[in-house]
Amino acid sequence: MAELVSLTIDGRTVQVPPGTLVIDAAKKIGVEVPAFCYYEGLSLQAACRMCLVEVEKMPKLMAGCTLPVAEGMVVRTETPTIAKARKSTLEFLLTNHPLDCPVCDKGGECELQDMVFRYGAGESRYTEIKHHVDEKQWSPVVYFDAPRCILCYRCVRICDEGMGVGALGVINRGVVSEIAPNKTDHLECDECGMCIDICPVGALTSGAYRYKTRPWEMQHVGTICTHCSNGCKTTLGVRNNEIMRGDNRDQSGVNGEFLCIKGRYAFDFYHHQERLQSPLVRKNGKLEPVSWKEALEAAAARLKAARDAGSKIGVIGSTRTSNEENFYLQKFARLGLGTNHIDHHRTGDVVTLLDALSGQKDALATTADLYEKPAIVVLGADLALEHPLLSFQIRANFRHHQARVYAVTEKPVREDKYAAAAIRCDAAGELAALETLREKLANEPELVIVFGDTVKGDAVRKLVAFGSSLGKPVKYVALVDYSNSRGAMDMGLVPELLPGYRPSGQTGMSAGEMVASGDLDMLYIVGANPLEGGQPLGGKPFVIVHEMFLTETAQAADIVFPASSAYEKNGTVTSVTGEVQQLKKAVQAMGTKPDLEILGLLVREMGLAAQIGPWTPDKVFQEIRETVPGYNMPLPVIATGGAVQTAPVNGRIEVDARPDLVRSSRDGLFTSGTLGRYSKVLNSVVEGRHHT
Amino acid sequence: MTFSPELEEKFARLLTIYPEGRQRSAVVPMLMFAQDEVGHVTPELIEEIAKRIGIPTVQIEEVVTYYSMLHQKPMGKYHVQICTNVSCMLTGGTELWERACQKLGIGHLQRTGDGQISLEEVECIGACSWAPALQVNYDFHHNVTPEKLDEILEACRKVN
Repeated sequence: MAELVSLTIDGRTVQVPPGTLVIDAAKKIGVEVPAFCYYEGLSLQAACRMCLVEVEKMPKLMAGCTLPVAEGMVVRTETPTIAKARKSTLEFLLTNHPLDCPVCDKGGECELQDMVFRYGAGESRYTEIKHHVDEKQWSPVVYFDAPRCILCYRCVRICDEGMGVGALGVINRGVVSEIAPNKTDHLECDECGMCIDICPVGALTSGAYRYKTRPWEMQHVGTICTHCSNGCKTTLGVRNNEIMRGDNRDQSGVNGEFLCIKGRYAFDFYHHQERLQSPLVRKNGKLEPVSWKEALEAAAARLKAARDAGSKIGVIGSTRTSNEENFYLQKFARLGLGTNHIDHHRTGDVVTLLDALSGQKDALATTADLYEKPAIVVLGADLALEHPLLSFQIRANFRHHQARVYAVTEKPVREDKYAAAAIRCDAAGELAALETLREKLANEPELVIVFGDTVKGDAVRKLVAFGSSLGKPVKYVALVDYSNSRGAMDMGLVPELLPGYRPSGQTGMSAGEMVASGDLDMLYIVGANPLEGGQPLGGKPFVIVHEMFLTETAQAADIVFPASSAYEKNGTVTSVTGEVQQLKKAVQAMGTKPDLEILGLLVREMGLAAQIGPWTPDKVFQEIRETVPGYNMPLPVIATGGAVQTAPVNGRIEVDARPDLVRSSRDGLFTSGTLGRYSKVLNSVVEGRHHT
Repeated sequence: MTFSPELEEKFARLLTIYPEGRQRSAVVPMLMFAQDEVGHVTPELIEEIAKRIGIPTVQIEEVVTYYSMLHQKPMGKYHVQICTNVSCMLTGGTELWERACQKLGIGHLQRTGDGQISLEEVECIGACSWAPALQVNYDFHHNVTPEKLDEILEACRKVN
């Protein structure tokens, strides 16, 4: 580490590494130098002139955002001269800026508003008519109101540098300059909305949120996005039991400020008109709405009779329900129903990876590792579409740390553009292709390998053997599909394994086998749609389903319980990197109950409450922490919205974990399994239609 | 899009003369050369250059809309650019501009019906010592008088 540079800012001495910018050095001692165009992590623009500071022995005010520190520098950030300069800058910015703050979405959380409040410039000396341009809609989710724009270029940079999309630019010049989309009058991009969030003013607004509410009228609930497995925290703005928006401006969670279209907009399924709001029981061949009491009694009676008769009962769990629900479900299945036919849709070979890594320390990568480690290998996955946060992390790593990225994939991927090597290979040919990179990888000081569902079973063992043979620290990520795919495996929603990867010592049918089976008597399905596509059940089991919508599976059911979504419950989920985070209830959908409560009520109805235990999320999580290896994590971190990675299993997992069943749905940016069908936003963007 | 062999050669060279990773520096010269050949900057041309340099089209559009000498609609065979900036204005540039407009019946960035001549009122073209000055395509005309202007326009009208 080079020697630190000492300088004085507002009379206080601060020591920072050489090359640090004055604006960052000031931040270090808690001094905020105002700026619009400067944005941490993005390239420098020096366009807005708000960050002007006084530096002794320099004749003019200097832009703090581009001025590197120097030894002995004396900086002042608030003087009458500076205040006057900032006021003038603001006066310029307001030349054409409409003062429509009372109706502007940004009003109350607008950086321009805050600055004018701080420095004045409430009066203008201009008498000319303000230059006006009508607002434009660029996509279902992105609107642009040019006169409000202060041309800070944040949106242009986040799209190009942060997202690697480059869909925005600035056209024309002078007073008529404006932000422009890549398709002249509309956008074709990731539709992530990062540009809207990063906009310091109300120039870019969200189709989902605009003109709906005022920022200060909302409660802000930080929960975990229910779509992909990346575990992004989305802060839901809630008013009157309605989710108004999703964003992550407080940069909490493993994702910082990042969110894709799903995290930011695709919460909208929760108020889809087809949402189930009452239990349904099949009467004379038709599903009829009934009371909770009737449905619970009917289900309990059926389950009890089936169990007592020693019938064959199958249980299929969800990849989106919480750890608590999954844990409770497997306990209910194994202890309450006495069946080991329990499974879920397996999307990545986590089991073989954990087994192959047995005895190794620090071999499981976190989301942060993808940003920090010097070299990343991507095997058989299009991260930008399937795992947008991981892709975002790797791009930032390349930008900030010049990470070497190696992409070994079937088709061209976004990583190619800055990859140290990009190799094309057939699906399942990844390992052979990886071998050609051996020399380069062996020269890397450290490595993270991210692999998709084509690497499974023996291939995972070979991959770990390859990693170990490099003689360098290697960490791994086994990609899985949905928000709690990893948790479903961790909680033992498979016949072979109990929670925490302890062998069950028993066999059981897989989800596919249960669906196809001709002699199953009962099938209990929680938040899964194994009949997607409309294939019929092999036999004639009595089917009980927890669902949000009348999916193909729910339509085939005899009893349907209306379930709460992830945004309507508390609990925890485990991300693709094994990081456990808390779900927080944002709203209540009328008539629904969380899956945990449905299970609990059923358990009580069956008289099993003493045996299976309490069904509040806190109590179940406590039991998980006490009994599931890897989950004994510090409660305060989780409870305050932090993320803790589960501890590695560290021991052989001596079962045949059926890697042949591993199959990713390969959801892109605009699909999300069955749930995605009920998001209007995901189905309204033009890019979504291109993918299908 | 295909170009003449000469232009292709220029493009190929332009893509090699900038440091690795700085190929977008070639945007302005490529657009200028291409405009001379194609006539104006078409959407296809923008696509083509974006593809060749490997940057999003919107980054080419930024450049095209910024520089006034790049045109997105067809200009005349002879593009007459009359300076009305300070030096020229003081020596009769404005009068020249108005005379040209009147004679040709067209205004700023418009062209005659036969496509022969277009007009553009430009800022300083760096010929203040010989003001008033104007530019026809890449040729400069100095110390222009109304009579000289008539001759220039007449010449433009005639030549094929």
